[in-house]
Amino acid sequence: MTSLDTQRRKDAQPPKPVRSPGDRTFAGLSTGAGILILLVLAGVAAFLVSESLDAISAPAEDIAGGEGVWAYVGPLVFGTLVAAVIALVVATPLGVAIALFITYYAPKRVAATLGYLIDLLAAIPSVVYGFWGLAALAPAMVPFYAWAEDNLSFIPFFAGPASATGRTMLTAGLVLAIMILPIISAISREVFSQAPALHREAALALGATRWEMIKMAVLPYGKSGVIGGSMLGLGRALGETLAVAIVLSVSGGVTFNLISSSNPSTIAANIALQFPESSGLGVSTLIFTGLVLFVITLAVNMLARYVVNRRADFSGAN
Amino acid sequence: MTTTAPTRPEAPEPEAPAVRTRRGLPRFGGTGLFVAGLVVAGLLTALSGWSWGLFAVYGIVLGTLVTYVGSRVVEGPRKATDRLVTCLVSSAFAIAMVPLVSLVYTVVSNGITRLDGTFFTNSMVGVVGEGGGAYHAIMGTLIITALAALISVPIGLLAAIYLVEYGRGKLKKALTFFVDVMTGIPSIVAGLFAYAFFVIFFGPGVRFGLGGAVALSVLMIPVVVRSSEEVLKLVPNELREASYALGVPKWRTITKVVIPTAIAGLGTSVTLAIARVIGETAPLLVIVGITAATNFDPFDGRMATLPVYAYYQLTQPGVPPQFGIDRAWTAALVLIIIVMALNVVARLISRFFAPKTGR
Repeated sequence: MTSLDTQRRKDAQPPKPVRSPGDRTFAGLSTGAGILILLVLAGVAAFLVSESLDAISAPAEDIAGGEGVWAYVGPLVFGTLVAAVIALVVATPLGVAIALFITYYAPKRVAATLGYLIDLLAAIPSVVYGFWGLAALAPAMVPFYAWAEDNLSFIPFFAGPASATGRTMLTAGLVLAIMILPIISAISREVFSQAPALHREAALALGATRWEMIKMAVLPYGKSGVIGGSMLGLGRALGETLAVAIVLSVSGGVTFNLISSSNPSTIAANIALQFPESSGLGVSTLIFTGLVLFVITLAVNMLARYVVNRRADFSGAN
Repeated sequence: MTTTAPTRPEAPEPEAPAVRTRRGLPRFGGTGLFVAGLVVAGLLTALSGWSWGLFAVYGIVLGTLVTYVGSRVVEGPRKATDRLVTCLVSSAFAIAMVPLVSLVYTVVSNGITRLDGTFFTNSMVGVVGEGGGAYHAIMGTLIITALAALISVPIGLLAAIYLVEYGRGKLKKALTFFVDVMTGIPSIVAGLFAYAFFVIFFGPGVRFGLGGAVALSVLMIPVVVRSSEEVLKLVPNELREASYALGVPKWRTITKVVIPTAIAGLGTSVTLAIARVIGETAPLLVIVGITAATNFDPFDGRMATLPVYAYYQLTQPGVPPQFGIDRAWTAALVLIIIVMALNVVARLISRFFAPKTGR
């Protein structure tokens, strides 16, 4: 009786619940799984570092290219950034426009289906995008490159000579743009649809047109979501491997010329192309470039998550 | 007194034009103007040699321009801007549909040639040129993906349960943040991680199926955690409280109340996570490699997987190249079919196994 009473009193205080052995096991298991995930992330960094130490400490002339790891990774970082920036510049306005179309322009009945169609773009494996870029997009871009060389060659991006195959940096960037489009539009869609209904209705009631309503009530609200979404897209574009490896015709070097057939490679594509035939120090060098890629994407993703989460803290919708 | 009487009948008259001055295009005026622009674009393209690409560019530019100008003349600048944005936003959607349609068309039309029985029953042992198939690659993909799911689903589910049911304080915040960050790990880095990890135990040049499963798990776990967490959050708190009130311990509440309620959503999220990793190529290229023969043992030696098989058949097709390229396209087609099938299955699960809410 007394024990039951104390039991009851204990139950009445929520901070100290009764923990049966089963309960403790289960709590331990699930907490362990959470900690394991954090350990894996730390392990990714640790093992990449430990395997790339050979390349970092090796004499410069032993590294492919003969000028050390940093000179080896430099042009690759450049190529990675160029491809990702092209993708971002193309995909962000498109993604935001698509998100607006689905949330505020398309008829309500078909909007969900249209959103599903865009999400399908995200489901297609990257190797298939590479196939498509090589077989369909690259040939389709050839006339444009020829035209750009003739008419726009005063812009450094279009200096030419135009590639005859279309396997250029611009094509690779466009393929990446299509691949990150669903990410940007999905996150933008989410924040746009959360814009407070009262603000929107107030704008419309004051006689605003649909665009004015979006400009005044939706876009300011969704701004950080759009920024965060495009940075997540950037993170994906930086790390995308096979599509670039298949589409891009690589010759190394640093150039801003986007339409010629000699292009800098990207880190990820370079690993995919070189790794199967590498051994010893070559493998270590490639793992080092992978580590650089990991650090870059980690930084971009953390910044993106920070921006998105900050919005969540302040938004009235949650 | 007398002055008010005549004004009354007059009163509606100035009002009527006041309403009328808000001139607008007729109901389908905007669409009409856009179509007019399209027609002009069609004529222009026909004059300079027909091509669909050129027609699309001219059509969107001219259609938008005609709509804007027409609306500006009739309705004024504010409405015109509104219509301009409508045109742009709708065009953006149409533009995004072009690659999807083009991609599906390209893959289907190229892949259909080798979509035959041989492709699904033969491996590549001793195949030079014609024939050959992807039996070994399909089996390899199934084995490695199943192993990856076997590793990721328990870890991912438990971590999601931790986040929703147990987590509090710094660990929960850190886990949420880093799981989000982990979804952005490039797939090739996951492959390199698996290589760097197993090279310690097995020496340089290690290639085996389990390594691929570990690499895929690194990509799959955060997806499982994120989507399962969302699903578990949807389980109403009343159910948990009712169970606690009956004296059921917390872990029994989770296994007997929370998980059964969320089972449809959990099934969907796991299926989608599998669909997400089954097409991954880069990590398998690094840690699993490729082989021509069928290998059912993920603990020993290289295995073929469908995406890697497709990649190598395209880039190293052999002589004559056409047969290899055909096989590559068919492999890509099969891959898309598998991924789409998984997506459909995920939707069906969420539709048919959803709990009856009674509302």
